[in-house]
Amino acid sequence: MARVLLLFAHPALEKSRVNRPLAEVARASGVTFHDLYEAYPDFDVDVGAEQQRLLDHDVLVFQHPFYWYQPPALVKQWLDLVLEHGWAYGTGGTALRGKRWLHAITTGGREAAYAREGFNRFSVRELLAPLEQTARLCGAEFLAPFVVHGTHRLDADGIAAAAREYGALLAALREERVEFAAAAGAARLNADVSAVVRP
Amino acid sequence: MTFLDQAFVYLSAAVVAVPVARRLGLGSVLGYLIAGAAIGPYALGFVGAEGQDVLHFAEFGVVMMLFLVGLELEPATLWRLRTPILGLGGAQVALCAAALGGLAWLLGIEPRAALAIGLTLAMSSTAIVLQSFAEKGLSKTAAGQSAFAVLLFQDIAVIPMLALFPLLAPRQHGGSAAEAEHAATWVGHLPAWGQTLAVLVAVAAVVAAGRFLVAPALRAIARTGLREMFTAAALLLVIGIALLMQKVGLSPALGTFLAGVVLATSEYRHELESDIEPFKGLLLGLFFIAVGASIDFALVAARPAFVAGLVAALLLAKLLVLLALGRGFGLATDQALLFAFALPQVGEFAFVLLAFATRLGLLSGELPAALSAAVALSMAATPLLFLACERLLLPRLGTRESAPREADAVDEEHAVVIAGFGRFGQSVGRLLRAQGLGATVLDNDSDRVELLRRLGFKVFYGDASRLDLLHAAGAARAKLLVLALDAPERVVEMAREARRHFPQLTILARAEDREDAYQLLDAGVTHVYRETLDASLRMGADVLRLLGVRAYHAQRAARTFLRHDEESVRRMAPLRGDRAEYWSYARERIEDLERVLQRDREQPELSRDAGWDAESLREDANRGTLTAPPAGGEAR
Repeated sequence: MARVLLLFAHPALEKSRVNRPLAEVARASGVTFHDLYEAYPDFDVDVGAEQQRLLDHDVLVFQHPFYWYQPPALVKQWLDLVLEHGWAYGTGGTALRGKRWLHAITTGGREAAYAREGFNRFSVRELLAPLEQTARLCGAEFLAPFVVHGTHRLDADGIAAAAREYGALLAALREERVEFAAAAGAARLNADVSAVVRP
Repeated sequence: MTFLDQAFVYLSAAVVAVPVARRLGLGSVLGYLIAGAAIGPYALGFVGAEGQDVLHFAEFGVVMMLFLVGLELEPATLWRLRTPILGLGGAQVALCAAALGGLAWLLGIEPRAALAIGLTLAMSSTAIVLQSFAEKGLSKTAAGQSAFAVLLFQDIAVIPMLALFPLLAPRQHGGSAAEAEHAATWVGHLPAWGQTLAVLVAVAAVVAAGRFLVAPALRAIARTGLREMFTAAALLLVIGIALLMQKVGLSPALGTFLAGVVLATSEYRHELESDIEPFKGLLLGLFFIAVGASIDFALVAARPAFVAGLVAALLLAKLLVLLALGRGFGLATDQALLFAFALPQVGEFAFVLLAFATRLGLLSGELPAALSAAVALSMAATPLLFLACERLLLPRLGTRESAPREADAVDEEHAVVIAGFGRFGQSVGRLLRAQGLGATVLDNDSDRVELLRRLGFKVFYGDASRLDLLHAAGAARAKLLVLALDAPERVVEMAREARRHFPQLTILARAEDREDAYQLLDAGVTHVYRETLDASLRMGADVLRLLGVRAYHAQRAARTFLRHDEESVRRMAPLRGDRAEYWSYARERIEDLERVLQRDREQPELSRDAGWDAESLREDANRGTLTAPPAGGEAR
């Protein structure tokens, strides 16, 4: 059983339609659910506690909305402070070696908009390049993001389906049923779940 | 008895009786009176006739108290209170004197003696009333302020009364006694205009000295660094003024009050206060003990119905007059009740006036003794009357304890109960309201309660630390209890009670300082907020900024400090050790501070922002060792 840490970041959860049901699923899924905006409303990240939490887990899932093609600000603050030189990277920085790193993202725009000829010109995976490189520098394995596209138009059924899918993915991560090689190469983890997750 | 014997008797009586009385909720004044009665000639008999001398000596406590009252009262405040002092105070003395004098006259006492009795009994006890209001935290209410104004007027009115009594006295007696009294002053031989002039000069001298002489003198004394010299100077000041006033035929109490007011704006106000305070407390205690000892229980026992009737008539007459006055001067019903029930006793000045009138031959027979006993008993009745008013009358009249319910409005149960809606509770309540959330409020300031109710708050009026009121406010079904009272000991006590009776409540408590916080943590409260901590750290952060530290760094430093400090309070609460180890509160505080400072020094992590620190990174880069790990990590 892999130990999964879910780092959840949403500055206005009370306004969220999709992230909230996803978060509820995650909370109930047996992963360690860590609500960053709840823990650090004033951005004073407790570096020691965060590092220990990272050491205690094998898989890191960052769940957050996508604002201006990036995670909310607290995720950046968290990265800046927690991934210290000499701990996460650089000389002696091996704490994250071999861990899996994955983003679970909701976007308002549809998948078609996140394409070369689309409105946003880049795919979500491409837009995550700085994070992918961060993971890489720390020696962690970056998996394709789990993306719920088009949340603006998603109805209740669509949201419920996305939540089910997310729950299944988290369960597969815990139960080590994820094909990491396939997951690392995909554009989007949930584009074809059967290709990535063993039954 | 020698001096030491006497001191031993008085002090032990006080030390035994007062804490017991306080424990029983009777107030310290009643405790002293009981102690006095116990050691008096009719019970244990430790104190005999010399009780009278002690009484005269201890009257000086009243003088000191008025000095302190003056110190608390800046001239501007005094000026603001001029209408209630003159209007309400004047009316109170005039009407009470008329009512009681009239009563005496109807009972067959000759008119001049009746007038003297009326004036004497119109007085209320400054010491008892102010202390009672302070103990109950009601000094700032409308009733407290009105009572203060009346007491102030009475204290001033004693002077013309002392002047009036010799004129009332029958010729054959009055002449000699009054003249003897008068000749003791410097101004007795002067004509009337000269006496007036002397009085004015003396008052002007006190004011001028207070303004221009005392502060520099105190500064010089303070510079010697000898603590006891300052205390001596403070005592000298009070005694000197009292003597001067006596010499020009004025009341020492008035003189020291005036000096207090003048010094209220000086920088030595708090020094003077804390120096005089213990003397005042002891002397006032002594005064009340002496009063208790001087109650003529033989007379009470011989004619109980007469004395009881006297006390009852006296209290009832004053109560009715005071109630009418309170309403007439625009107090709300409950405030008028509080005002009336606070002031009906006869005050300590009555003993002075009664003694004076007897010497003048105005009163004779067993009347003075009976009146003295009645006065003392009326004083003893005050705490009981207060209690009756608070527990029985106020809940039924005036500002009700429970919020009036509108028939059609849903009686919503709020999840939050806020106890105390002063500066602290207000902020909490307003924040909740701004977020559209309601709270049930408990407060004991009826003006504020009325206002809040008009604005739609659900407010219960009364002493928030009472269990039944918490019940009425729905504490049994609420989720959170916010304790924002400004009396730390009551917050702690309330937290304990609430935890015992409403275990489902999460308690958030306001603490004054670390010591409070420890006690609250000991009581099992997990959410403790020291009232000045956040503001002082914000100030500290601004100090850093003004020194050139960047804003974000300064703010983070302050917040990190706050977090560590909170943590250290939690850690140190159980480590404080046996409190009996400390021989004083101050000692304990200092040792606590020492531990805190020690801990601050041992916290190298107070600003751990290494993620933003490129130092080690630069070293790494210069060594050429900054390389990416193998693709995919080593786990593969």
